[in-house]
Amino acid sequence: METYGTHQYPGRLFVVEGVDGSGKSTQIALLRQWLISEGYTVFFSEWNSSPLVKKTTSKGKKKQLLTPTTFCMIHATDFADRTEHDIIPPLKAGAIVLADRYIYTAFARDVARGVDRQWVRELYQFAVKPTMAFYYRVPLEVSLGRILTGRTELKYYEAGMDLGLSSDPHESFKMFQQRIVDEYESMVGEFGLTVMNASLPIPEQQRRMRKLVLPYLKGVRRLRTSPKDSNWVDLMHKESTLEVKEM
Amino acid sequence: MTKLDFYGIDAIGLKARDEVLPGRLIVIEGTDGVGRTTQLRLLRPWLESIGYAVVDTEMTSSVLAGPGLKRAKEGHTLGPITLNLFYATDFVDRFENQILPALRAGFIVLTDRYIYSLMARALVRSADLQWLRAMYGLALKPDMAFYLKISLHDLVPRVLQSGGFDYWESGMDMRLGNDLYESFVNYQTSLMTAYEQMIGEYNLQVIDAALPVEQIVEQIKYKIMPLLPHG
Repeated sequence: METYGTHQYPGRLFVVEGVDGSGKSTQIALLRQWLISEGYTVFFSEWNSSPLVKKTTSKGKKKQLLTPTTFCMIHATDFADRTEHDIIPPLKAGAIVLADRYIYTAFARDVARGVDRQWVRELYQFAVKPTMAFYYRVPLEVSLGRILTGRTELKYYEAGMDLGLSSDPHESFKMFQQRIVDEYESMVGEFGLTVMNASLPIPEQQRRMRKLVLPYLKGVRRLRTSPKDSNWVDLMHKESTLEVKEM
Repeated sequence: MTKLDFYGIDAIGLKARDEVLPGRLIVIEGTDGVGRTTQLRLLRPWLESIGYAVVDTEMTSSVLAGPGLKRAKEGHTLGPITLNLFYATDFVDRFENQILPALRAGFIVLTDRYIYSLMARALVRSADLQWLRAMYGLALKPDMAFYLKISLHDLVPRVLQSGGFDYWESGMDMRLGNDLYESFVNYQTSLMTAYEQMIGEYNLQVIDAALPVEQIVEQIKYKIMPLLPHG
């Protein structure tokens, strides 16, 4: 078993991090479209999506069986399954893997729940170190606004209700999210996260993201050779559903 | 008193709550088929007959992860790291929900296996030792842990007696041989080596599992007696 930082693969792993409402999922989806249009083979792994573990996690959440430690562990189990199936094999085969949320999500949320900071990092030692990890930084009020608008109900663990911060789920959620943001911020230096300004317009954020990713694509195999005539802007017009200004 | 002594990091934060646990944690370890269940079935009534309240707990019996783990093992996509973490989640769930509350209430907790089996199984599947030690560091040190030691030669007839070779207990996920038996032999040999290496480090009390059942239980009783509260 290799540990964080020791895996040597021909593929590339790009991950996005940030609180809900930071816009990270939008950005990684756009990046994916772009990479595919450029001829790369792209795999996508989403947080909490292992078919082997999902049912157990849902049951645990529904029946409120989870303590901070077991919450941590069941998510680590889910992540392990995805690492063994969806992340490592494609990387070994030279593909690009994108992940919406990664181990830093676990570190932020679990430590916000009181799990020992060092212990949780050691638990995730089997994880592949990403080629690049983007942290979408957004003012908390903005992200809260994006999530809470139109959502009347927050789920128990999502709101951090197990922590007894407040009996009101909305209040609890705000306090919990603040703790998570504090953890993320301290991880920027610790893990070399690339901070992205999530307050910028979507196309501008995407432009910056692609510019940062580009140098790391050197040497990665493509399915077909570079599209002969178009610059990437044309491709975005064809494939993206968003309006893009001419660069 | 079961002292608040952990193998590694007190990840659950028990020390912060300044707990004293009046119960006792006793572990019976050893490979599949060696006779742990037999011993537990004798020890529990004995302890109860001398006035102690007993809780016994075993692997894959957690409410949270037990069913999911069993289901995962029935399929064919379970990888070694995931397998270990599923077991670890099961362990932590039982530790927090069964073992700790029982210790707080003054029960004698008889545990069929502990972190040692989990680590041995993971090591045979190439897990990183440092990783395992760190992860299982959250476990409380038991008051006593017995290792039922047996040779492969003596183990085989017992396994045959109890129904034959089980896929996972033969390490068939790693296909260590051309068939179930060959894989079993290689797997169990590696496991036993892993257990052996833990004896000194974790102060496991070695019991010769080839002895008659009655003799084994007497040895265990003899060692448990001095540990019991008001013993």
